Amino acid sequence: MKRIDPHPWPEQIYKTLKDAGVRQVGYVPDAGHKRLIELCIADKEMRAVVLSTEEEGIGLAAGAWLGGVRGALLMQSSGVGNCINHLGTVRECRFPLLMLITMRGQKGEFNPWQVPMGQATPGVLEAMGVVVHEANAAEEIAPTVDAAARLAFGSYQAVAVLISQAVIGIKSFQDQSSR
Amino acid sequence: MKTTLHRRDVVEALLKDRKGLLVVAGLGSTAWDITAAGDTPLNFPLWGGMGNAAMIGLGLALAQPRRRVLVITGDGEMLMGLGSLATIGVQKPRNLAVVVIDNERYGETGMQRTHTSAGVDLAAVAKACGFRATRQVRSRAQLGALRSAALSLPGPVFAQVKVIAEKLPLVLPPRDGGLLKSRFRKALLGEAADLD
Repeated sequence: MKRIDPHPWPEQIYKTLKDAGVRQVGYVPDAGHKRLIELCIADKEMRAVVLSTEEEGIGLAAGAWLGGVRGALLMQSSGVGNCINHLGTVRECRFPLLMLITMRGQKGEFNPWQVPMGQATPGVLEAMGVVVHEANAAEEIAPTVDAAARLAFGSYQAVAVLISQAVIGIKSFQDQSSR
Repeated sequence: MKTTLHRRDVVEALLKDRKGLLVVAGLGSTAWDITAAGDTPLNFPLWGGMGNAAMIGLGLALAQPRRRVLVITGDGEMLMGLGSLATIGVQKPRNLAVVVIDNERYGETGMQRTHTSAGVDLAAVAKACGFRATRQVRSRAQLGALRSAALSLPGPVFAQVKVIAEKLPLVLPPRDGGLLKSRFRKALLGEAADLD
């Protein structure tokens, strides 16, 4: 029997991005973002841009803003480390930036190689001047993304929403590859 | 064949009578080159963020599909963001051109050799990544064709322009990132830029 998700948060994030006027979405795929990426690709008004590494998405979003378009960037926590130097550009130029980050190396992690970057993610972001919002339950995600989008585009801030591993709930390699 | 080209002449040839052209320049020498050709609000010269100039160009080109976007950057900067050529090759923006001013050196740090000095062919990489038009340029006779490719061929266009390794006087653009961003947006988007 197929379970019905009481909190279809990828759909809710998608709607929130639409309402915020986001029209470019850069992403490095993550299992936790799978559904959201599919929704963005299917949307003819959005441009979903697959990246070869996460820092490309910082440049993409900066270029979009120079051209008058709002962007968002989807990644897994391991990609945050790839972005660090380019977050300096965002801060110096006061580019708005909305990052939606699915967490690994956190609650119940089964891959030890994910743990160092996952545990360092909030500290690394904050060290580079990024405002960090954490969403620890499914029902918190959409309002947190909404608040983050308002802060990013209304107040020209770099904002990251960390979506807890507890919400994503991948518990093993088998579980991950079956999604 | 050895190149006979001077970088400032190449950039001047690309940017003269530029009309509405939007220009992003990688940090270091290419930022000084576009400034030597004439600073304008529609220049976005980078002072940091090495490796991301082409991606800023992609974001801008997708946001402004009716405007031509030209990224001018160095070989060291392009090598640091080689994956962005694959990303651009997938998106295929018709209005984007990337021109690499290739002196085969890291110019700001003591003229150390880059990979291109050992034969790494950036134009071939761009072609393999799906750029619609790619070329290498080494002589003055090719500059006219370079300009028309960069400014009007359906993109993405990529050119690797071999230039003489030379140290030139610095011609510095404003360095306040917030100012560079705001003046660019205002020149492109008008007063509405400040209300978004």
